[in-house]
Amino acid sequence: MPGHIEDRVKAAVLEVQEYVRLCVTTARAATSRPFYRYDFVEQLDSIGVGSLTVVVLTGLFTGAVLALQSGISLDQFGAREEVGRLVGASMVKELGPVLTALMVTGRVGSGIAAELGSMLVTEQVAALRALGTDPVRKLVVPRVLAGLLMVPALTAISNGVGMIGAWFIAVAQLRVASSVYWNSVWYGLYMEDVWMGLLKPFFLAFVIVTIACHVGLRTSGGTQGVGRATTRAVVAGSVAVLAVDFFVTKLMIFVLY
Amino acid sequence: MSDTSPDPPAPTAEEVLEGEKAPVVVFDGVSLAFDDRVILKSVSFALLLGHTKIILGASGAGKSTILRLILGLLKPDAGVIWVNGERVDGMSERELMRVRADIGMVFQEGALFDSLTVRENVGFKLFEETKMPLAEVNRRVEEVLGFVGLLEHIDKMPSALSGGQRRRVAIARAMTAKPRLLLYDEPTTGLDPITSTSIDAEIIKLRDLERVSSIVVTHQLRDAFYVATHEAVADNGAVRIEQADRSKCEEAEFLMLRDGEIVFEGNASQLRAERDPYLLTFLS
Ligand SMILES: Nc1ncnc2c1ncn2[C@@H]1O[C@H](COP(=O)(O)OP(=O)(O)OP(=O)(O)O)[C@@H](O)[C@H]1O
Ligand SMILES: [Mg+2]
Repeated sequence: MPGHIEDRVKAAVLEVQEYVRLCVTTARAATSRPFYRYDFVEQLDSIGVGSLTVVVLTGLFTGAVLALQSGISLDQFGAREEVGRLVGASMVKELGPVLTALMVTGRVGSGIAAELGSMLVTEQVAALRALGTDPVRKLVVPRVLAGLLMVPALTAISNGVGMIGAWFIAVAQLRVASSVYWNSVWYGLYMEDVWMGLLKPFFLAFVIVTIACHVGLRTSGGTQGVGRATTRAVVAGSVAVLAVDFFVTKLMIFVLY
Repeated sequence: MSDTSPDPPAPTAEEVLEGEKAPVVVFDGVSLAFDDRVILKSVSFALLLGHTKIILGASGAGKSTILRLILGLLKPDAGVIWVNGERVDGMSERELMRVRADIGMVFQEGALFDSLTVRENVGFKLFEETKMPLAEVNRRVEEVLGFVGLLEHIDKMPSALSGGQRRRVAIARAMTAKPRLLLYDEPTTGLDPITSTSIDAEIIKLRDLERVSSIVVTHQLRDAFYVATHEAVADNGAVRIEQADRSKCEEAEFLMLRDGEIVFEGNASQLRAERDPYLLTFLS
């Protein structure tokens, strides 16, 4: 059925076009007045503080399991003391940013899509426009900015907690001395890794929040549509996180190393 | 048009717009289709300053669509729309904000912001989009909530209100910034007769005391006729709703939509005298 395929391709192209348009309007709105400060602060709280528990738990267990697994592998080379180096570098470069981003997608992306979606189907977005408020400024910009600020912070926390989780395992199970572990973490981290770990979350945050806003603001089909939008925000957001992570990594390796 | 005699000088556009009978909303040959479903077919009408337009029509006839077009929330496929002397079809969102500043809209389901309290909902426009001092905004919010009789609910969330109360909050929100044009989308649908009548009274009061032009979309004929045939009279402090005289009744025009076209346009007595079978089924 070529007609059917053609329709789907057209719909996909249109979707991407609308997404890019939203990103451009958001960027423009973020750099001009008015700015809704209270909404921004509220989003800092709901995105940042709200995600703290999930992110801490994720980081802790990821670090711990990483230490367990790499302990076994390192034993084969008799290099058990190097566990800190391995855990530190993998947390900071990859697992911290990506897992934090995935958790934030699940928690925040779904929430944003559901909230904006239900505002759309109950005409609250139309009401905003009728009252002279630009929905992009009022709803999208505060969320994107809060995401850009909080996701890197959450990632840093996740990295730290992950290393602590790995330290537990290293000391309690692998019988590596505390000082040896922390030394190996410290010397295993190169500046390039840190840069990569710090920059990635900005890209991931932008993608997560803009996709969630885009999906939410294109909700159709009543309450059922809100449910679908939520699912789509999480699925599209997660895939995008992994894809963007790959391309950003590639770009940064090219630029930094 | 071909009249070239100089004696009655033709009024300029500005004079017309500032005059007693200024057109507030003009639709000229407006058409709109969603995909290939035609909703409006070359619809034309005009609403004059201080007058009321009552739009009737079956569900799905395009009544809400007309209101969305006036606000610029939708764009027509063809035709021209003027609101307060400005052409809104094809206006950018930024320019539309200026036009919308003078319009209040009561959405069909209220569309109250459910994360905000009644106070924040009603004062939204003044809180967010003006530099008015907080105390003054609060005073205005209390004033309009008193107007619709909901002052004691000011700090509740919309979800804690009944359907009729929500509708009245929506009316209060629409009037807070003192717009010159108010659009009501089925303000009384699904409400009991007593609450409906009190909402009708709000519409009449705004129209007659504040000279707000209004468009009322409804399929409740009882309310439509009530709004069309009553007027508000200020009587040293108290406001009474009375049977309006003939000339006042002329100022409320009915407009019936069917299959995207206007099938009736006229005042209450003309509508009552109508013998068209479709209109009769609607009226009975
Ligand atoms: N965004 C949209 N996309 C597609 N079709 C739409 C859209 N909005 C409205 N319609 C269609 O346009 C028609 C007119 O809708 P509208 O909301 O104006 O009806 P209405 O006269 O207000 O009806 P009701 O009395 O039930 O509120 C409906 O048939 C509806 O299905
Ligand atoms: Mg409607």
